[in-house]
Amino acid sequence: MTARLVYRRMRVLRVGLALALVFGSTLVLAQGGGDKRRSGYQDMGPALQKMQDDDTANPAMLFVQLGQQGWARPSGAANKACADCHGVAAASMKGVAARYPAIPKGADAPVDLEGRINLCRTENQQAAKLPPESRELLALTAFVALQSRGQPIAPPDDPRLGVFREQGAAIYRLRQGQLNLSCALCHDDNAGKKLAGVTIPEAHPTAYPIYRLEWQALGSLKRRLRNCLVGIRAEPYAADAPEYVMLELFFMDRARGMALEAPGVRP
Amino acid sequence: MRSAGLFAALLALVVPPAAAQQIVGDAIPASLTGQPGDAVRGRAIVASRSVGLCLLCHSGPIAEERFQGDLAPTLAGAGSRWSEGQLRLRIVDGSRLNADTIMPPYYRTTGLQRVARNFDGKPILSAAQVEDVVAYLATLKD
Repeated sequence: MTARLVYRRMRVLRVGLALALVFGSTLVLAQGGGDKRRSGYQDMGPALQKMQDDDTANPAMLFVQLGQQGWARPSGAANKACADCHGVAAASMKGVAARYPAIPKGADAPVDLEGRINLCRTENQQAAKLPPESRELLALTAFVALQSRGQPIAPPDDPRLGVFREQGAAIYRLRQGQLNLSCALCHDDNAGKKLAGVTIPEAHPTAYPIYRLEWQALGSLKRRLRNCLVGIRAEPYAADAPEYVMLELFFMDRARGMALEAPGVRP
Repeated sequence: MRSAGLFAALLALVVPPAAAQQIVGDAIPASLTGQPGDAVRGRAIVASRSVGLCLLCHSGPIAEERFQGDLAPTLAGAGSRWSEGQLRLRIVDGSRLNADTIMPPYYRTTGLQRVARNFDGKPILSAAQVEDVVAYLATLKD
C-alpha cells in the first residue's frame, strides 16, 4: 500500500468521523436540556437505526439520487431546472424543509414542501404539477429535505399560520371513524405503549419523506396520515385537502427544535 | 305471520342498535339477540386483527397471536372481574361508563364523525358477534 493511498484512506476516515461528530452533536442538542420528546427513530430497533444512518444502506437515498437528477433537469415550457434559479441545493435549500409548511408570497393559505415544489413547477418552470406520491415528487422532496438533515425544526413566525395550526390541532384531537379514535388518544395519551406489538410513536414529522418497510416505498407524511385514518375507519381527506397541511403545521410546531433526520427509515 | 316478519325486519332497520338495549347500573343484563353467544366463535373474533381488533390494544391468553397490545387491561381474568352484563355494556359502548375511554363503541352507530363510507351506519360487531365475545370473555377466569 502506497503512502498516498494510506493518506487518502485516513482522510476519508477523518471526514467520516467529523460528520459523525456533527450529526451526533445536533441530535444530542435537540434531545438535550430535559427535552423528553422522542423521534420515531428512537423507538426503532438498532438494525433500522443503522439502516437510516448509513447512506449506503438507507433505501431512501436511492430516491435522493433521482431527486438530485430532477433538480438539475430543465423542465416545462420555461425549460428551467431548479438549479437555474436556486443554484447549489446544499446552500440554497439548507433549512428549507425544517420551515415548511409556510404561506408562499402572494398567497393566503399555507402549502407543504411538496406543494411549494409544485408551485415552482407551475409558476416558474411552466410545467404540470407532479402528482401526489409520484416517484418524481417524492424524490425531489427527499433531495430538498436532505439538505436540512440535522437542522432543528423551525416553523416560520408568520402570525397568519396560527389559525391553520389551530385547525390542525382540532383535527388532531377530533374523535373520528368507526373506531371513534383521535390522533391524540394514541400519540399523546398512549405513546410508548404497544399497539399490536408495535411501539406507538409520538408522531413527530422528523424524517419525511420516509422509506417505510411496510410500504416498501418512499412516502409522504400525507400517506402516513391516510394510513392512520384508514386504520381508525375514518374517511380519509382528499389527496389535496387543506386538512393535511393544517395537521402538518400543528405537528411541526409540536416538534419545534427537534432535529430533522430526513429521509428516514421506519418500520 | 309474513307481515310480522316484515315488521320485525323494518324495526331492525329503523331502531339504532344502542336504543335496543336496556342498561341497568353498569351492565346490559340481557343478551342483545335473546340467545347466548358461542365462546368458540367469540375467541376467533377476539383473536382476529380485522374483526374484533381486541388484541391490538389488549393482551389476552391467545398464545398463537404473538403481536398483542398493552395499552388496555389484559383480557385474562375478565370473566372473574366482570359479569356477562358488565362485559356486554363495556363492549357495546364503554363511553356510557367513561366518556374519555379509548375503547371503541362496538355496537353503537350514532354520534360518530367522519366514518369511512364502507363502514358508515354499521356497528363494529353485529349483535350476535358481541354475544359470542361476551361468552368467550366470561370463560376467562384466570
